[in-house]
Amino acid sequence: MKKTPLNQVHRDLGARMVPFGGWDMPVQYSGVIDEHLATRNRVGLFDVSHMGEVEVVGSGALDYIQQLTVNDASKLVDGQVQYSAICYPNGGTVDDVTLYRFSAERYLFCVNAANTDKDFAWMQQQLQESGVPNVELRNLSNEFCQIALQGPRADEVLQGLTSVDLSSVAFYHFTEGGVAGLPAIISRTGYTGSGGFEIYAAADAAVPLWTALMKEGEEAGIAPCGLGARDTLRLEMKYALYGHELSEDISPLEAGLGWITKLDKGDFVGREALQGKKDAGLPRRLAGLKMTESGIPREGYPVYRNGEEVGIVTSGTMSPCLKVGIALALLPPEFCAIGTDLQVGIRKRQVACQTVKTPFVNI
Amino acid sequence: MDFPDELKYTEEHEWVLVEENIATIGITDFAQDQLGDVVFVELPDVGVEVEEGKPFGVVESVKAVSDIYAPLTGEVVEVNEELPDTPEMVNTSPYEDAWMIKIKLSDPKEVDDLMDAAAYEEFIED
Repeated sequence: MKKTPLNQVHRDLGARMVPFGGWDMPVQYSGVIDEHLATRNRVGLFDVSHMGEVEVVGSGALDYIQQLTVNDASKLVDGQVQYSAICYPNGGTVDDVTLYRFSAERYLFCVNAANTDKDFAWMQQQLQESGVPNVELRNLSNEFCQIALQGPRADEVLQGLTSVDLSSVAFYHFTEGGVAGLPAIISRTGYTGSGGFEIYAAADAAVPLWTALMKEGEEAGIAPCGLGARDTLRLEMKYALYGHELSEDISPLEAGLGWITKLDKGDFVGREALQGKKDAGLPRRLAGLKMTESGIPREGYPVYRNGEEVGIVTSGTMSPCLKVGIALALLPPEFCAIGTDLQVGIRKRQVACQTVKTPFVNI
Repeated sequence: MDFPDELKYTEEHEWVLVEENIATIGITDFAQDQLGDVVFVELPDVGVEVEEGKPFGVVESVKAVSDIYAPLTGEVVEVNEELPDTPEMVNTSPYEDAWMIKIKLSDPKEVDDLMDAAAYEEFIED
């Protein structure tokens, strides 16, 4: 089991540790609901050092990335971040990623922890097949730690530890600067929907960085948050999680990521298949469900329309903000219209729900 | 963590209070701590027969779904009707407010197979 540099810190904080994608990670400290609400209302601190980082350098970097990913990386400027995905030739998803542009010849991918080795092997293979010259790939996952500081009070907490003017860092932009005297990448991104930052630094900076953020955040009511809250926060926002809403069998188009899939940017791996799927009409799409009767939808539960099974739940939980069961589900497009009455099969019952506008919460 | 002496316990982390031929059943302090925030409880109706070792209900935390197993065999004679509306009581008061069902025992001798508080405490330490 792999451990992040903060493993002992989590244990000392009394976290419950669980295996996640090959990593020994904290699932909760004080409790999922408490941590969720702390992030929505104040500020939460997340160890996301398990995420992978792959650097792409060289004069061919952009040409290569354009072949590899579904979004249009040519639109990026230095200091900007882009949400994107990597597909197989059949349109299935290798991973969803964020892409950082440091310069025209240097980019960094942040990839899902459990996919890091698979992604890096795929990237290397695609580099060979594309034949783009002057590109070097480096898997830097072990050299980085990553800490997410999320919530409405994230700015004031981080500003106390850096001379970077955070108001100059726009959403989905980043800058390099010191945090608590440690060199870091400060990125205004996240997976919670409550605003804030993802901070990348050297692995050996993780403990002092975490400690400084916890101390600086004390007055703002900072809470260390585990993977449990990370999951409920992203679900309330309808953010996809690889292995649930995206997979080898679920394309970005079906997962509602048409907005990052730029079919007209030029050729890329999977483009033809994705165009074909779009032209033929997608057989299923991701929709948000809200329970109208008591019950909690969970991954894998069937979705019914008047007794007939029509789809499947990809993720579900009790929403800590709404206090009702919510889910993401893959459904035929005719049942995705907002306000459609459906049922989720929970144990032996078919429990009423309705398709709703997403995100589930207004922040 | 608290394990009252007057209760009996199971390896599936239920507690039982036996008073004559009526057993009151809930889940232990250890169980609620392991589950985390309890957000949903599903209980059987009065009149249902529950069987020792078989699931009779469900408790859900934010993250997970867990069955609750009947520690003893018998007929459900009373259900905690407040619990489905206030599942958080499982966390705040596992032995009092969050009792789940009362059953009329079919075979009172089954009680002898349950652990006492000391044995249960030893069991969860392993």
